[in-house]
Amino acid sequence: MNVLDKGINALFMDPEPDNARQFFAKKSRAMTDKRMNEKDAVERFIPDGCYLAIGGFGANRIATAVIHEILRARRKNLGFFGHTSTHDFQLLCAGQCIDRVDIAYIIGLEARGLSPNARRVMESGEVQVCEWTNYALAARLKAAAEGVSFAIVRCMLGTDTFKMSAARVIECPFTGKKYAAVPAVWPDVAIIHVHHADIYGNCQIRGISIADLELARAAKHVIITAERLIDNTAIRMRPTQTVIPFYLVDAVIEVPFGSYPGNMPYLYYSDEDHLAQWLTVEKDPQEFKKFLDHYIYGVSSFEQYLERCGGLAKLKQLQKLETLVDS
Amino acid sequence: MTREYNKVEMMICASSRYLEDGKTVAVGTGAPCATAMLAQKTASPNLVILFEAGGLAPALPQMPISVGDSRTFFRGIMAAGMVEMMTTCCRGLVDYAFLGGAQIDKYGNINSTVIGNYKKPKVRFPGSGGANDFASFCWRTLIMTVHSKSRFVEKVDFVTTAGFLTGPGAREEAGLPLGTGPYKIITDLAVLGFDEKTKTMLIESVHPGVEVATVKQETGFELIVPDFIRKTPPPTDTELRILRGEVDPLRLIIGRS
Repeated sequence: MNVLDKGINALFMDPEPDNARQFFAKKSRAMTDKRMNEKDAVERFIPDGCYLAIGGFGANRIATAVIHEILRARRKNLGFFGHTSTHDFQLLCAGQCIDRVDIAYIIGLEARGLSPNARRVMESGEVQVCEWTNYALAARLKAAAEGVSFAIVRCMLGTDTFKMSAARVIECPFTGKKYAAVPAVWPDVAIIHVHHADIYGNCQIRGISIADLELARAAKHVIITAERLIDNTAIRMRPTQTVIPFYLVDAVIEVPFGSYPGNMPYLYYSDEDHLAQWLTVEKDPQEFKKFLDHYIYGVSSFEQYLERCGGLAKLKQLQKLETLVDS
Repeated sequence: MTREYNKVEMMICASSRYLEDGKTVAVGTGAPCATAMLAQKTASPNLVILFEAGGLAPALPQMPISVGDSRTFFRGIMAAGMVEMMTTCCRGLVDYAFLGGAQIDKYGNINSTVIGNYKKPKVRFPGSGGANDFASFCWRTLIMTVHSKSRFVEKVDFVTTAGFLTGPGAREEAGLPLGTGPYKIITDLAVLGFDEKTKTMLIESVHPGVEVATVKQETGFELIVPDFIRKTPPPTDTELRILRGEVDPLRLIIGRS
């Protein structure tokens, strides 16, 4: 196949499908109880230097409890899959956890504005970068999930986003059309928050799936946090609702309100006050340090974090906001 | 008759009129969300709105703060995922991409990645998100942005998202789908279009009270000034009532003026 053009940045992950197959050949298929707490999950599956991907959409259906634990465990030199990331990326920057990032969307919190601290981190030049687009990154997961080494997309072409990527331009053997070839990515670990899971890791998600179905199938290890654990019988009663089957999953953690301060479809809306507080306090590094100590480093559990953010009263408000939307 | 309205309200109302009933539009984050909702609640109840995270054709109850929040599929037709939405665009089923912009050049190329040197940027912005994808795939790209010399520049520091790239034929040469490209740029001063031959920006209409000279002055490159330039109709009472009362009651977007 003719390669007509190349992006100049380095690829962080090996796109060789047979290497990935070697890994998956050894992955357990046993339907065992995978419950553990976030501390053990981070200890076992998120070592320093590994390449991490986070499901959801930045501040929607994110696994906040595990991200907080990554900070408390002082993880360093992580690679990050910067796909649709907002508050999740803001957290990783707050913990100075990353040293390389595949970028489609970082730093911003959409209509809320840009994170001053994440900007500082990315403007320091200390984090290695490679540019992509949201679809290109979803397509890279899709290729990995299909067990092949690249996907063909019609975006990125002609732009500096392509130039600063690690994609290639190739020629179609049938039509001569030019396409961007984007390499498969098998993240070392993915953390995904879902509505329901059983103890084996069979998962149900309500609402949009974003790129999580592809992500769960691409990642070598998958950590699931679930709003609620349900019985295996409940999974078997409605098999059409299973979107992630157990053999993809390594750890299951029950975390009610686990997407807080993000939105969880049908359950609670995002806490815009708390997210706004982040953007304000980040402007002053001293204040920001105190803020992080109070909300993350100084708490021992996600429950305690929820307490410090206003506890049940606050969560009820957010439930109401979400259901008002649904009334 | 005179009405009070601010620049952002003008920009949103002018933009919403391009989102025709029964068409499909892929919407970017921020002001485009508010605009699509206004269109849906005024002239285009059957506007099919797509969000990159997977929301399809919601009856927007409030302006989404994120293109992946639960409002983006409230009473929608489908709650799918990104691959479904983007491949729908790539198949040619989506009429409009509707985006915001940080920096833009005369060919409609958008920069939302960096200001300054790429390796050690003066300012780092979020990057493409889904913008590059939508503007590559959808038939016509609408862009709304505040009009100033620092945003409308001769050459963008980084082409995040393809406009007409370097001019006629460049998109096709790069491999982008045939017949696609930027369509209108809606600012707080004017609506800009593109010259068929040169694929460079021209003034199509100026908003009420805005002089053509001001538009030229706030643009960092030579705009084509046709003999006939329309006046953009001002926001109507209905548009303003719905925009303020239903779309953005907290003034998250319209309060930025």
